[in-house]
Amino acid sequence: MIELEGLTKRYGEKVAVNNLSFTVRPGIVTGFLGPNGAGKSTTMRMILGLDHPTAGSVRIDGKHYHQLKEPLTYIGALLEAKAWHGGRTAYNHLLCLAQSNGIARSRVREVLETVGLTAVARKKTKGFSMGMGQRLGIAAALLGDPRILMFDEPVNGLDPEGIHWIRTLMKSLAAQGRTVFVSSHLMSEMALTAEHLVVIGQGRLLADTSMADFIARNSRSYVRVRSPQRERMLDVLHQAGIVAVESGDGVLEVDGGKAELVGELAARHGLTLHELSPQQASLEEAFMQLTAESVEYHAHSETSPPPPQQQWGDGWKRG
Amino acid sequence: MSSPQPQMPQAAPSWEAAPGAAHPASGAAHPAPGSPYPGYTSPIPVVRTHLGHAIASEWTKIRSVRSTMWTLGVFVLLVVGIGLLTGVVVSSSSSDLAGENALSLGFFGLLLGSMCIITLGVLTTASEYGTGMIRTTMVACPSRGRVLAAKAIVFFLVAFVVTLVSSSVVAFLHVAMLADNGAKDPTGGEWLKGTVGIALYIALLGLLSLVVGSIIRHSAGAITIMIGTVLAPLVIALFMFSESLEAVRDALFEYSIPNQLSVFYANSLSQSGPSGWDPLWIILGVTAVAFGGAFALLEKRDV
Ligand SMILES: Nc1ncnc2c1ncn2[C@@H]1O[C@H](COP(=O)(O)OP(=O)(O)O)[C@@H](O)[C@H]1O
Ligand SMILES: [Mg+2]
Repeated sequence: MIELEGLTKRYGEKVAVNNLSFTVRPGIVTGFLGPNGAGKSTTMRMILGLDHPTAGSVRIDGKHYHQLKEPLTYIGALLEAKAWHGGRTAYNHLLCLAQSNGIARSRVREVLETVGLTAVARKKTKGFSMGMGQRLGIAAALLGDPRILMFDEPVNGLDPEGIHWIRTLMKSLAAQGRTVFVSSHLMSEMALTAEHLVVIGQGRLLADTSMADFIARNSRSYVRVRSPQRERMLDVLHQAGIVAVESGDGVLEVDGGKAELVGELAARHGLTLHELSPQQASLEEAFMQLTAESVEYHAHSETSPPPPQQQWGDGWKRG
Repeated sequence: MSSPQPQMPQAAPSWEAAPGAAHPASGAAHPAPGSPYPGYTSPIPVVRTHLGHAIASEWTKIRSVRSTMWTLGVFVLLVVGIGLLTGVVVSSSSSDLAGENALSLGFFGLLLGSMCIITLGVLTTASEYGTGMIRTTMVACPSRGRVLAAKAIVFFLVAFVVTLVSSSVVAFLHVAMLADNGAKDPTGGEWLKGTVGIALYIALLGLLSLVVGSIIRHSAGAITIMIGTVLAPLVIALFMFSESLEAVRDALFEYSIPNQLSVFYANSLSQSGPSGWDPLWIILGVTAVAFGGAFALLEKRDV
């Protein structure tokens, strides 16, 4: 379990992380979503005790990171940037990490096998491709068989097969009861792996919700309607109290999941339909809208009220 | 190159709550200290880590990069090579060393070789910042002081042993080669200063470089600073012609690192200034102060 309380980080004038409070629970994959520069990596560095918070605190199973006596068995992390000496072999890199935490040598071979780097274990890491580098970073994270795993943008630089592999890995780690915290700037990636979602923008918490909830709230569903008798169709919908908007090409968009209702109305009035299709706006769009609003809120915080999104996390927490 | 994921996915543990339920609100009070947190428990036995683990780790690090072999290899080559060369030149010339200390010819090789030890010292700390390794290191060992201490111990021992062995080899060679030129047999005290003493001094100079590397966090910058520290006082002193600056010039000269090195061979280039074992206490003091500063900065700064 990772608990953040009012976590804040300022670099000079720049507020990279702004009063973040949330909890990452064990047993599920928690996605940490935000556009580039939102403060994800900074938050993760503070969790690992690398950067000192300007304010607030973060605890790992109730302890500060520097209080952990055997950190690698508690928490394993894949950091954003390459974090090793290119002149050292993969085996020696993992060996020096294992030794610093009293982990047996046999475990080094095990994790190399797990990530599929056994064949290049004795090669210098500077020759590694980006994908191999990610695998080495993941091997280091798994070394201590930790209770908590943190991955900063793990799919960066991986090929489709590697991406599939890491999704499966994260889910199986969570299914074993571990805490899995993974960051990404891609909503589509999160939708496939995460069960819970924490969204930040400009260092602020925008949402802390289950993925199912997020999808239900954010993917606007509507019905596309095309009819040769467009004007009469609009009248009929209007009389029934249904709001429809024209979206060009003679297409009407009806908000909500009302396909059955529209079809029945058309039949009752003898109207021809060329199309009646339920649609969903993409999650990526919803995410962009959410973070765009955070930028606006940030800019006009003196004058405009906070957008309703600010309360999402709270509403969900009450429920 | 990928392999199937060997870890067997298990059924979700029974305590796993339905998403959204029973989630503590952010900022809620923590469970009492010591209360068990749910989650995965590894079958691997947990080890309480201590300085010994960090030392083992640093030993693996220092022996597994090529720069260590390069710097130490060149060091041995310079010390032994230049030592042999000066020995051959002096013994084949008809110069009379009446009553002089044969060990003192080791000075030139060690002065040049010290650049290699300085480089290795700096790289031990600063290169981790260049490569990003420092983040991995500090995540694996959050006690920053322990990391610095382990690096210092491992580096100091390596530098001391290598310097002791090479300076001893050169010392034996010189005494044997120059016996016919009238050089006197060194006393026990002179042997100790010319081998153990000089090795301690060079290893401490390397340790100071390691500490400077940790403060500067930039390899080239720290190496430049250290080489400047070794050479600059001597060079500046050479250009101080004015009479009024004589005191400053003499001090710069006497306390310059090359002159301090020569004190170990009891042939200081000047009559006043450090003598006997003084240079060792001086560099010990300077290194201790720098170490304290590096430690404080390490705790205070972000990695
Ligand atoms: N060490 C640093 N010094 C100054 N600014 C930083 C530093 N690290 C991050 N930042 C700034 O903080 C913001 C958040 O960065 P980051 O945490 O890397 O975002 P993300 O990982 O979400 O893309 C960015 O604007 C970045 O420029
Ligand atoms: Mg990032």
